[in-house]
Order: sequence, then structure tokens, then C-alpha cells
Amino acid sequence: MKLNFKNILGMMGIAASLASCSYDNYDEPSFQLDGRIVYQGEPIGVSYNDVYIELWESGWQRLGNIGVAVDQDGSYSSLLFKGEYKMIIPNNQGPFRKITNDQSGNDTIPVNLTGSRTMDIEVMPYYMIRNTDISGGSNKVTATFDLDQIITDENAKEIQEVSLYVSKTAFVDTRTSIATTNIGGGDLEDLSGITLEVDVPDRVPTQNYGYARIGVKLEGVEDRIFSQIVKVNL
Amino acid sequence: MKNLRYIYLVIILAIAGCNNDEFLDREPTDILGEDQVWANDDLVFSVLADLYNRLPDYQGLENWWEYANFDETFASNAGDYWRHQNQEYGYGDWGMWDYGYIRDLNLFIQKCEEATEISAESKTRFLAEAKFIRAMVYFEHVKRMGGVPLILEPLEYDYSGDPTYLQYARAKEHEVYDFVIAEMEAVKNDLPDGGTKSRATKGAALSLISRAALYAGSIANYGQITPEVSLPGGEVGIPASMADAYYTAALKASEEVMALGTYELYDQDPDKSENYSNIFLNKNSNNEVIMAKDFLVQGRTHGFTIENIPRSLREENTSGGKMNPSLNLIQSYELLDNTFAELPTKDASGNPIYYDEPMDIFAGRDPRLLGTVIVPGSSFRGKEVDIWAGYKLADGSVITSGQLGGQAQLPGSSASVQVVGFDGPIDQLEWSAQNGFYLRKYVDTSVGSGQRGTGSAVWLVRFRYAEILLNAAEAAFELDQLEKAAEYMNQVRRRAGFPMDLTPGEIDFDRIVHERKVELAFENHILWDNKRWRLAHRVWNGVTTDLTNNPGDALAVSTRVFGLKPFKYYEPGSPNNGKWIFEEFLPAPVFNAHRFRLGNYYSLIGDNVRNNNPKIVRNPNQ
Repeated sequence: MKLNFKNILGMMGIAASLASCSYDNYDEPSFQLDGRIVYQGEPIGVSYNDVYIELWESGWQRLGNIGVAVDQDGSYSSLLFKGEYKMIIPNNQGPFRKITNDQSGNDTIPVNLTGSRTMDIEVMPYYMIRNTDISGGSNKVTATFDLDQIITDENAKEIQEVSLYVSKTAFVDTRTSIATTNIGGGDLEDLSGITLEVDVPDRVPTQNYGYARIGVKLEGVEDRIFSQIVKVNL
Repeated sequence: MKNLRYIYLVIILAIAGCNNDEFLDREPTDILGEDQVWANDDLVFSVLADLYNRLPDYQGLENWWEYANFDETFASNAGDYWRHQNQEYGYGDWGMWDYGYIRDLNLFIQKCEEATEISAESKTRFLAEAKFIRAMVYFEHVKRMGGVPLILEPLEYDYSGDPTYLQYARAKEHEVYDFVIAEMEAVKNDLPDGGTKSRATKGAALSLISRAALYAGSIANYGQITPEVSLPGGEVGIPASMADAYYTAALKASEEVMALGTYELYDQDPDKSENYSNIFLNKNSNNEVIMAKDFLVQGRTHGFTIENIPRSLREENTSGGKMNPSLNLIQSYELLDNTFAELPTKDASGNPIYYDEPMDIFAGRDPRLLGTVIVPGSSFRGKEVDIWAGYKLADGSVITSGQLGGQAQLPGSSASVQVVGFDGPIDQLEWSAQNGFYLRKYVDTSVGSGQRGTGSAVWLVRFRYAEILLNAAEAAFELDQLEKAAEYMNQVRRRAGFPMDLTPGEIDFDRIVHERKVELAFENHILWDNKRWRLAHRVWNGVTTDLTNNPGDALAVSTRVFGLKPFKYYEPGSPNNGKWIFEEFLPAPVFNAHRFRLGNYYSLIGDNVRNNNPKIVRNPNQ
């Protein structure tokens, strides 16, 4: 009888501690902020984990930012609490220049989050990759594309090199490339109709497809501009 | 009733005890008060010893693993394979923000200035030493973080609730360098000339100027390559116009060290390779070392030898052979005719070259190679290391074993023979020569130093005369004084064992970079050098690249560490039977390229620091 009583007491204790947990915690953040980095509505591709957006929320004793990585296709997303955030693209992040926000009068973008929301961020890229055509077959990938110089004033940047990357997975840039071909910026005769071709070495294990895209490196800009990723047959 | 008597007794005792007001006011017996310390030279010296002891070394004998972050060495230790697998360096890597240390130094300087009971002679020297350590610490900060707040006196909080008066903004990058240089100029004559290598000396102060001014000069000069790596307030980045003045200061300070006459290049052994490794091992008659962190058997030792001794010679049953110098570094050592070449593994038509002895492939190279690295076929502590990967048959197949010194049968024979060395290389087998090499530099030759109970007392060299000569050569080169540059560099090269001098016309940027790479390998220079030359983001650019064919090229991409497998050739009846062939290979744990981003040039300043002091601006590109 005594033993039973102790057991019951113990079980009640466990039950109480389990039940009480649901009261003393916040709900997890539930509002999704997402969107893309765009120029005139057209997304700008970047390399993964290289370009970050920062979200700052004021009113707390200590400041720290929520870092949001921009994905390869230029999209971003973050689950957040309700609140007023300030969105900042840190200096020298991304292959583009920031544009002045109408509301804040500088490069800070105010984000008032009262529910899930999709918001594209307009920026001024140095170049855009247009009319991309990437195709593959018999262990070879060919790409043709045009480059459209967007910034032509004193902030214009020279092209350092254009590259075609082929990767075994859907992560495609210098880090993961298994076959790369480059043309130096000085060797480009024309910004339109640029053609790049690369021979892809044998894959182990055998894989009859790959992923490819074009990257453009600019003088004095760390992050490359990328085209969208294309799955190609090899 | 009996109990009551005890209670009365206690009450009486308590009242009587309290009669003496001094009862609770006692001198502590286990801690020394400030007044006691500052009344005695020896006690002040022990405070100073603690300050010396806290000097940080990014790479050193007590943290060998940091050497494996770049392209000097492969880490043959499973816990450190990640260093070859990361896709980029973290922004916080090699960061530092140690104002606790700076405060202790400032307190020491303040107390020392006020002290009246120590001798004037000691006071001057202690003050100069503390200022030397403080300058070293600011130099550590500026090379890692860029400009930091220059706090030169202990700050006290007044408990008013408003700490803003304690918040200092970052100084400009060049201001910190200027402080280091000016401070050392001011105290150099208060320090003794020689006599000690573990305390500050005039030579050490001048060496610090030489190095700091050279760093500042090259940031001003090569910083133009990366205009993005700068801040508008000058906290990061030095104006190009200041380069010449810094180079001049570096050259002047280096020449002052030479003029002291206290230091010279170590040149005592006829065998040049042995001579080179003894620079780091010989502590008795060594006039090359200017300043070192010293260790003492039965006093204070380190485990560098336990970690890095060749596997077959180890004195403990665990660990050993953790650092495997990379083929990237090894092929950088020149031929004795001052030219560069890869290791010849194949002839012009692509067939393997057969060698009689495993060491033949390294013949005719800079003797510093064998002084830095234990190569297959060479000896350590009088015993030959056993590094070979297996038997290679005529059809190209390999007979080897997954066990060190493992046995197997060769074709046409039923007897088991040893088919792999007792030191490796075996893929994925840690604590052995997994990439085909061991480290020799700094690895102790005295018996017992590889035991945990004893440890090694080899010292960590922080400044040595050869670096001063190379600093002078680089500064002179940048100032277009090529004659001088060649003379200083040739002194180092003659000592290394080169029979032929370089002419002034042959001195170029690539030569400067190369000479420091081989002379100062594993001495905590590679990161800082590649940073100040703005080479880091170009040499470790994240691109998966094969081993360069041009080891003398400063811009050759070197993002992965390679190794070399020696095979015994097996083809009975053939003249090549039993000869050695070599194959370059990538150790299996190396699968990502080093990527140094622009944001890595100056380390991340933590949010906690910036929260406490909003005047601190962030470093660029992060």
C-alpha cells in the first residue's frame, strides 16, 4: 500500500512536469518572411551560403542580428515572430549595389511583420546574365548567354572572368564543380553570344546527368553573379 | 543541568574572544598583497613572468593543429581532418579581443611607475619589459583584427550607472602600428642587449619594430589590390602613401639588430640540413635566436614531440606522426642551382622514373628540406624511418596492407613478406605518415622527450636573426635597393647551403615570398604573410586545383595538401626490380579546397563586444 502511494506520487510528479512544460514556453516563430533578390523582378543567382541579409529588431537590451542566407536562386526565407524588423544587406555582400529605400531614405529596409509575407528586394546588379541556354550530352556541356551591363556610371565594374560550372549535385559553383571552363574578361570580344564549353570527366559512381550554370566574376567584387541552375544530360 | 554549564562556558568564551578587536583582522597566509609584491624585486618579477606567459601564439608547440589550417601540412589525426574538409574559413577564426590581458599590463605599468621600494635599475627594466609585452599584444590584435581601441592606462568604472565614458572607438589600423613602433623605439635602450632569450631585450624590441613596420608597409602597399578590405574610418586599411616610410623603418630597425653584433646566423654543423634543424633544438650556443618561449625538462614541458614523432620511433603507445608536411611545401624547396622544379616522378613520356634509393628523388635540393621534413628513407634519432606504400607490379597493380608493416604474399611466392612500411602511408590511418612525410623541425631528438611523463623542452622561437635578414631584404626590395636585398637574402641562403648567390636582378616579389615560405615554415608566419601581401584570397581561393607545376610562383593556387607515395617495384628479372617509384596523391580525408574570403582578412568582432561598446565598427566583408 505504502509502495503504491509512493509510485502514484511519483507518476503524478512526472505528469505535472510534462504538462507544465506547455505553459512556460513561447510558441515557435510562425510567420514566414520570404522573397527573392531581384532586378526589375528578375532574380539574381548567387553561390550558396555566401550572401547574407541581416534582420535587426530593436527594443531589446542587447542587439544581435538574424542572419538570413540567400539561396542559389536568389531566394531567401526566415521564420520569425511578429515584430518590426530592419532589413540590411551588409556592405560588399552580393554582386550588386543596394538601392535607397523610399521609406527609410537610406539602404535600410523596414519590415513590419504582422503575418507571413513575401517580399522581393530590388537591387542594382552590375551585370545580368540573359538569354541563357545550357545544354549537355556525350560528356560535354555547352552554354551560350549574353551579358547585360546594368551599372554603367562611375561604379561600373570590369568583368574578371566568366565561367561555366558543372556539378554532380544541385549545388553549383567553384566549390562543388567537377568541370569548369573560364574565359578572362579581357578575352571577351562581345558581351552577347558568349559561348562556353566544357568536357566533363567520368563520374564515380556513374551518373548520366549533372547540374550546370554560369558564373561571372567582376573586378573588385567578391561574390559572383550566377545564372539559374539547369539540369543537363551528360 | 550539565548541558547548561556548557552553554554558559560557550557564552563566556565568545564574549572573552570578542575582546580582541584584531581577532578577525588577519594577514592572509596564502596570498600576497599588492604592497608586499611591489616591495620586492623577485615578486615583481614573478608577476611579470605571468604576463610573459600569457603571450599568445596562433600556431605553436602547444597547439600544433593550427599549422594544418593552410597548405603547409596535412593533419594525420582523425579529429583534425575537418581542417581539410571545410568549405571556407570562419570569419571568427584567428580572432582576438583580450582587454583583460591589456588591463593587467596597464595595471602593472601603473603600479611599477608608482613603486618606491624596488631598485631604480629593476624598475626601468620591468617597465620596459611590460611595455614590450603590451606592444606585442597590440601587435597581435592589429594583425588579427585591424585597428583596436588603444587603451594605455587601467580604466576604472565609477558606478554612476553610465559607462559610456569607458567606451573607446577603434583606432586607425596604422595608429596601432605606429604605437608599437614608437613604444619600442622609446624603450629599446632600457632593455639589456642579449643575455636572455626568454625576456625582452634590445634585440627583441628592434625585431618587433622590424616585423611590425614591415607588416604595416605591406598592408599599405598591397592593400591596393583589395580596396574592398578597408573601412572609411581607417580602422582597416593603411593609405598607400605611407608604405615607403614603414619599409624604411623596417629596414632601419633590422639593420640596427645586425649592428648590435649580438646575433648571427647559426652555422655550426657541417651537414647543412642538420645545422638547420639544430637552430630550433640547440639552446646552449645559439646566437641566432633573439626571443623564444622557453621550456625546461622537469619544470615545464610540452607534448609536441609526443604528437609528431615518427610512428615507428614513438615512445608512447598512443599518438605520434600527426603532422605530415605537404608535398606542396616539399616541392617548393629549390634545386641547388637556384631553380624550381617539381619532384621528378615521371619522365617526359609519362613513364615512372626508377630510383635506387628512396631519398634519391629529393637529391640536389635545398638542404633545408631535409632539415624541416623527414622524407622516406631518411633517419631520425639515428634510425631510418620506414615509409613506403607497397609493392607495385608490372601491370600497375599494388600489393599492400591495411596495417603498418603488414605482410602479404607476392605473386609466384607462398612466403609472406612485409608489403608496407611501419610508418605508412596507409589511407585513412591516422598518427602515421599518411601522406608520406613526417615533420622534423621542432621535433626533439633527445630520448624521453616523446614520453608523456617527461615531455619536450624544445623552445618556441618567436624572433630569430634569419627572419630579421629576410625582413630587411623585403623592405630593401620594396624600396628598390636591390643590391641590399640580394645581400641580406644571400646571407640566409648561403647558411642554408646554396653554393651560388642570387644576383640583385633575380630578386623579385616571388623570390621574397618563396624564401620566407621555406626558411620560416612552421614558424607561425604563413597566415600573416599571406594576409599582408593580400595573397591569401588568391592562393587559397577555394578552387579545387591540382598541385602547381611552378612551385616558385607566389600566385600559384594551393588549396589542397598533397602527398607522395613511394612504391617498391616488383618484377623479378627486370633491371628495375626492387627500385623505387613515386606517385603524387591526395590523402583521402582532403576533399575540399581552402577558401579564404575577403571577410577573413580581419576577424569578426563579436556581437557581445559591439553591444557593450556601440562605438566599435564591424570589420568589412562579413
